[in-house]
Amino acid sequence: MHSLSAHRGRIALAVAATALTISTAPVSAQETFKLGIVTFLSGPAAESFGVPARNGATFTIDELNKGAVPAPHNKVGFGGMKIEPVIIDENGGATKQVQELRNLYQRDNVDAVLGYIGSGDCLAVSPIAEELKKLLVLMDCGTPRIFEEAKYNYVFRTASHATMDNVALIRYMKAKNIKMETFSAINQDYAWGQDSKADFVAAAGQIFPNAKLATDLLPKFGAGQYGTEISALVGAESDVVYSSLWGGDLQAFILQSAPRGLPKRSQLVFSAADHVLPALGDKMPDGTIIGARGAYGLMSRKSVLNDWFFPGFEKTIGTYPVQAAYRINQSILGLKNAIEKAMEKNGGKKPTTDEIIAAMTGSQWESPGGLIKMTLGDGHQATQPIGISRTKYNPEKKRVDLVDIQYFNAECVNPPPGIKSLDWIKGGMQGAKCE
Amino acid sequence: MKILSHPAAMLGIVLGFVLLGRVLPAWTLSLATVAASNSLIALGIVVLARTGNVSFGQGLFYAAGGYGVALIANSWGLTDAVAQVMIGAVCGGLLGLVIGPLISRYTGIFFGMLTLALSMVLYGALVKTTALGGSDGFNVGRPTLFGNVFTDPREADFMLYSVSVIATGLAGVAATVYFRSELGLMSLAVRANNLRVEYLGISANRIVAINFVIAAVFAGASGALSLMAQRHIDPQFAYWTTSGEFVFVAILAGYQSVAAVFVASLALELVRSFSNLYLPNTWQLVLGAFLLAVILFLPLGIGSLWTSTKRKGSEPDAPAPGATVTEPAE
Repeated sequence: MHSLSAHRGRIALAVAATALTISTAPVSAQETFKLGIVTFLSGPAAESFGVPARNGATFTIDELNKGAVPAPHNKVGFGGMKIEPVIIDENGGATKQVQELRNLYQRDNVDAVLGYIGSGDCLAVSPIAEELKKLLVLMDCGTPRIFEEAKYNYVFRTASHATMDNVALIRYMKAKNIKMETFSAINQDYAWGQDSKADFVAAAGQIFPNAKLATDLLPKFGAGQYGTEISALVGAESDVVYSSLWGGDLQAFILQSAPRGLPKRSQLVFSAADHVLPALGDKMPDGTIIGARGAYGLMSRKSVLNDWFFPGFEKTIGTYPVQAAYRINQSILGLKNAIEKAMEKNGGKKPTTDEIIAAMTGSQWESPGGLIKMTLGDGHQATQPIGISRTKYNPEKKRVDLVDIQYFNAECVNPPPGIKSLDWIKGGMQGAKCE
Repeated sequence: MKILSHPAAMLGIVLGFVLLGRVLPAWTLSLATVAASNSLIALGIVVLARTGNVSFGQGLFYAAGGYGVALIANSWGLTDAVAQVMIGAVCGGLLGLVIGPLISRYTGIFFGMLTLALSMVLYGALVKTTALGGSDGFNVGRPTLFGNVFTDPREADFMLYSVSVIATGLAGVAATVYFRSELGLMSLAVRANNLRVEYLGISANRIVAINFVIAAVFAGASGALSLMAQRHIDPQFAYWTTSGEFVFVAILAGYQSVAAVFVASLALELVRSFSNLYLPNTWQLVLGAFLLAVILFLPLGIGSLWTSTKRKGSEPDAPAPGATVTEPAE
């Protein structure tokens, strides 16, 4: 009886599979570029990164399709081709992402896939794109391992990895003469938190050789309650408290630590905190040192492109753009730059994947966050400038302003090609060129 | 149609499915690969559920198989797909042999909670192990088959599909034979009343332990198949939501038919994938509604669509699968 059921079940299955194939047959028009976009639309990273990134993508693509972006990105869409986005959710783990990436390429016939915020997702999808020989543009993720542990031809990352955030923080603290004889750290117990702490501690060891790590806390991801951790941090009375917390965890930590006086005892230093400023408002303690993973948001520098992006985004979406919106914007502009370069070479035809790859390798382009250069990973991994600043609440505008901003050029805070990030920091950050 | 219940005929059906893979479009091929690998672990849960126990921690063996294969592949360069499935099965099975005899003394919710706890212990340990990439995991190379390297994406996909379908198919045939055997039928008796089974002079615990090891072997092999399909492993393999998803597949399928497990797994993958494409903001809602609809309208699972009512008569005192989870041990 089991085999009888097996038989009928399999016929039904085959019919279902065939029906689905027919209903999703590709409809390709010459004049469009189909772009798969993957970002968190649900889950813990959605509010902080995923949805701002989605908004950044839809805003940028709408403007590009209208031809409303200033030079050098003023061509309609990608070199005259309208961009047709297919947006899917990154939530659900690496197994699902691998499957959905295949579906985007093989079923939905997208020309390229752009996105990914989670480091685990980036690591998982890269070999699949490589194997399918399809273009994959990673727009965020923290881990430096992607191009340090493997070589990819079809994969690019258009933003710096997390090493820059922590090296820049340390350099900023040195430049501003922050006293750091002892410091404590609180980070989530997963790869981002562990790696960020390792980078920060290593960089501190180089620039502040006498600083001692007093308390090192690794609460679990999504803990939300930090009562005991704050007690430990208050008790440690270290000069500096470092954290790479983000999103809801960071908000909870700040809200719980401020009434207990932690910001008054220790200098708070957060590696990626700009995205919680709109939500926290006056609850954010003044004088906190924060990074934004680039010269983004309220730390962005004035330029023609930023004068288009910042106010335009704020007007369309209702809030000002934070790091994830900038990161996906610079990613789309980077892809546009490569496609248009490839079209110059091939006489204006829609470029093939290989032509785009050739044009993108080692390329550089202007973005609202500054000049992005594909310098690492044989021209596949970007480096970029970064800003670090202090918070100051502005009661008139009812928002947190960022003051005392200092910018670091890409060569100052990113490792040179051919060396692993942590080795570079531990080796004294040789070859760094700071302006 | 009676002839189809012969194991040889079932092997023929499996072979037919492999050949079907030559004409399926590429994306269906990889989706079916994942569905086949998921149905292998869900089949293990069905095997175990026949004793009245549900494991909420199959991720433990799934991860053991996956990590075992990945570490061996990366340190010794063993990339053969068939060998990897075997290694996965052995890793899962060895762990099952250690845990099975201990855990078979518990039933119902205690059984479920213990399996869940053990899998989360492994998860916690893996997240802390930075040498294995911590929560980000690590990548493994492409699998080969009998010394052949597949560089063409289509051929590579077909190879993985074939290996997954054959492994799952063989497991399905073996499970069917086992279900009809004395021991397999005794599993149902354990679920109905384990005390009476003991009076027959048979150890109910031993039967649960045997089924537990079978489930662990299937889960380990499934972990190896998943690893080959995605070339990346992270602690999420052992996380409780991963285990929960496989229990979902088993509930969707019901315990009456082996084929239903594969159909349920494929249906779940299809619904998930298409809802994610067309409703990126509410795909979880669609998935939930689908599960709810199956549970409401097919309380005995998808398998009840084609298993006849007279089949139920052949299994005296078989309670509804929903009752198996909480059925108290007497």
